[in-house]
Amino acid sequence: MKSIEMEKVQEQLDRFTNKAVYVHVETTNGAYASHFDDKAYNVGAYVRNAEVTFHQAKIVGSGNAYRVGLKMEKGWIYAEGLTDWVMQEESKMLMAGHDREGRLMVALQISETPFSY
Amino acid sequence: MEKHVVVIYPHPDDESFGAAGTIAKFREQGVPVTYLCGTLGEMGRNMGSPTFANRETLPEIRKQELLNACKALDIQVQMLGYRDKTIEYENRSQIADDLKARLEEIKPSLVITHYPPHAVHPDHNAMGAAAIEAVSLMEPEVRPTVWAQAITNTYVEDLGKPHVINDIRPYLDKKMEAILCHTSQASGILGQLTDYENLDKDLKEKAEKRLGYEQFYIWDFEK
Ligand SMILES: [Zn+2]
Repeated sequence: MKSIEMEKVQEQLDRFTNKAVYVHVETTNGAYASHFDDKAYNVGAYVRNAEVTFHQAKIVGSGNAYRVGLKMEKGWIYAEGLTDWVMQEESKMLMAGHDREGRLMVALQISETPFSY
Repeated sequence: MEKHVVVIYPHPDDESFGAAGTIAKFREQGVPVTYLCGTLGEMGRNMGSPTFANRETLPEIRKQELLNACKALDIQVQMLGYRDKTIEYENRSQIADDLKARLEEIKPSLVITHYPPHAVHPDHNAMGAAAIEAVSLMEPEVRPTVWAQAITNTYVEDLGKPHVINDIRPYLDKKMEAILCHTSQASGILGQLTDYENLDKDLKEKAEKRLGYEQFYIWDFEK
């Protein structure tokens, strides 16, 4: 993946509006968080291949961490802390946020075809 | 001497971090070892350092890393095809039936797995529970011994002293070789210990302390 460039990401996001797409959303601090620090909590959420349609998509942010929000007819999807992105096989848009050690903390992915399951 | 050893863990790298020294010792004695690996670690957070994997490329990368590690350890591997972080939501008796069928085929004298629920990661606990259920479903005469591995911070307080304490320091080079096959994971987990060959004395002692012993409890099927 490479560092997010807002204009390029916005351009790709716009390509997915007003059509049925598959979304992967994930956030995690790992299954070992409270093992290494007994004051920490293990939290995470994961959705893979939810079929949705959004008519508006926007990347916001500054510095090196960004937020992306997708507006649907009946609700919203958003992810915060995104740092990197790549177009996988030219058709799958992957965005993720990594910590200093390169560990994934959050991911938002959009594709017209399902992600492997 | 053991006839055949089967290792049952959920993730590519569990075998290397958890039991590579014990495995190396068995291989040195000529005992065949088979790893039944539950998932491809698809949901791992470590993407290499600097990152070279992403959520979509990680499974294939970790599959190759697993094959490399099993080659380094000179063991057979079967991939069970479950998905990382979801094993506890699967039907346990279905997993147990699948494991039982594989064990009846391989006929091991010893099975190594995680000790549920003292193995921290939900997949470790769920896979360990399914493995123990699989063995308990076998007729007592043909049941292999089970070595269960606990890894919580408090397992000695909770369970007492482990029954099997393998000093695997003579096999630490082999263990590091196996761990480092898991390139996408090793640096994130080991930190500065990754460069094992060039470590100074202090860090080498730290590595020996952290990785030089592999401990197991012998599962009691009567209790
Ligand atoms: Zn594991």
